[in-house]
Amino acid sequence: MGNTYQPVERAVSYQPAGEGKIFTDPDADKAREYFYHEKPRKMVSKETSVKEAVSALVKDGDYIGVGGFGANRIPTAILHEIVRQNKKNLGLAGHTATHDFQILVAGNCINRCDIAYIVGLEARGLSKMARRAVESGAIEITEWTNAALAWRYKAASMGVSFLPVRCMLGTDTAKYSAAVKMECPFTGSVYLAVPALYPDLAIIHVHRADVYGNCQIDGIMVSDYDLARAAKRLIVTTERFVPNEVIRREPARTAIPYYLVDAVIEVPFGSYPGNMAYEYYSDEEHLRQWLDADGDDEKLKDFLEKHLYGVPDFEAYLQTVGGLKKLQKLRSLENLVEK
Amino acid sequence: MELMICLASRYLEDDSIVVVGTGAPCAAAMLAQKMYSPRLMIMFEAGGIGPLLPSMPISVGDSRTFYRGLGASSMPEIMETCQRGLVDYTFLGGAQIDMYGNINSTMVGTDHARPKVRFPGSGGANDLASFCWKTMMITPQDKRRFTEKIDFVTSPGYLDGPGAREAAGLPPGTGPYKVITDLCVIGFDGESKRMKVENIHPGLDREVIAENTGFELLWSENLVQSEPPTAAELQCLREEVDPYRYIIGRSGPG
Repeated sequence: MGNTYQPVERAVSYQPAGEGKIFTDPDADKAREYFYHEKPRKMVSKETSVKEAVSALVKDGDYIGVGGFGANRIPTAILHEIVRQNKKNLGLAGHTATHDFQILVAGNCINRCDIAYIVGLEARGLSKMARRAVESGAIEITEWTNAALAWRYKAASMGVSFLPVRCMLGTDTAKYSAAVKMECPFTGSVYLAVPALYPDLAIIHVHRADVYGNCQIDGIMVSDYDLARAAKRLIVTTERFVPNEVIRREPARTAIPYYLVDAVIEVPFGSYPGNMAYEYYSDEEHLRQWLDADGDDEKLKDFLEKHLYGVPDFEAYLQTVGGLKKLQKLRSLENLVEK
Repeated sequence: MELMICLASRYLEDDSIVVVGTGAPCAAAMLAQKMYSPRLMIMFEAGGIGPLLPSMPISVGDSRTFYRGLGASSMPEIMETCQRGLVDYTFLGGAQIDMYGNINSTMVGTDHARPKVRFPGSGGANDLASFCWKTMMITPQDKRRFTEKIDFVTSPGYLDGPGAREAAGLPPGTGPYKVITDLCVIGFDGESKRMKVENIHPGLDREVIAENTGFELLWSENLVQSEPPTAAELQCLREEVDPYRYIIGRSGPG
């Protein structure tokens, strides 16, 4: 059986499917210009500190994509530092944003959000504070889905300005998105076009990296392959630095090559209190304390003072939650060590 | 909860693929694998493929979801597998559901910018409901939840009736399959695409079910009593699937 397709002339039909706002520019040519002129193609050390990276690379008003999956392989040190440095009016890609969303809302950092999943922490329950922030109208929102946001990153990663997808069709999710209904030029099938999402900044935590920013991730990638490529600026935190030789030994494992990376920082236990596959399990006790505290303004203030504002950095934060002993416990838990 | 999980597990055929979330759906898939469908492939939306689950995951992206798995992939990989038409089943939850199986997990109220109550939103639910062949739900049944008009259609059921999914552009042949509640098992009428009760749980009757539903249900011509969990199912569920009783709770059968 051969291909029976015959090109036909069609009237082009595009129809906004939703009334939501597009918070970022989907223009692929503008992104090319940016990447060409601004991306660091020199393979030099990009090692820096969390403080310096956030101060130099996070600007008020930036739109941010966070790697990992809510409370799994998240760049907690960078999130805390964004709050500590009081960055304001940030946009966020809420692609299963759970504890990451909670941290940024606690710091009153976000004013707009592309939503796939927010305000909840999956099986752990909902954050009262995060809910209040959205219910009050303080955060401007556009609805999407996890796949839609993943594919918006993918479009940007491919260097095109949109992709056709088959989710959201017929629902209110589409109605409050910024998708556009279109016909396939070949088959006439209905699709939703979703705009490329080029974040100003992505922050991603990885298992290992060299000082140039060549990164390996163990376990699931979630959407970080595309996020790293879609972002204009990229800060990576890594569980550990490895020599460049380790990267070269298994080049197929390089998820993020150096020329995508603007800054890289070694942050052991950097996804805490989130899970880091093969390294440590999530600290459910501490996440529960967060959820308990954030239902009440006074309690939250004390909690943040103790664990975030009142400590100089991530290392000091880890001390407030039990330090090495706690981390060893989470490591045993992750690796199913019987004790 | 035990009854709902056991009933759900019986619908998952061997040699098929299911994408699950955390909680009861995951327990049902694990139980099915151990009791009826050893080659059932379990996937998680963040990238986990075919894990040998050592315990209940707490997140659909935590390391348990690919523990000794066949694959540790990505969100695009799983969603594209669904969009390509390879995934048989999925399970969804929500705050409200209507007679066509449309689900709300986004908000309560009428003003989207200032909702009365905000829920997480779609997450991957809309995607899975759009792409997977058969969508299932495990949920408590009451008037507040089973309602005539839901405040927000987050994930598509049969939308407003026969042909609506296809007209909207959703892949033909997909849609809601079973809703398993604490009162009954509900399927969908082939003609009208409306909810149709198929099994009633032991000790309950039509009146109780109708009283706990905010719209008119259809009733199967072959209405039967739900087959209670077998001793073997319960033993497997309690000892192997959920030994710490995270999902089934401590209160015993329910």
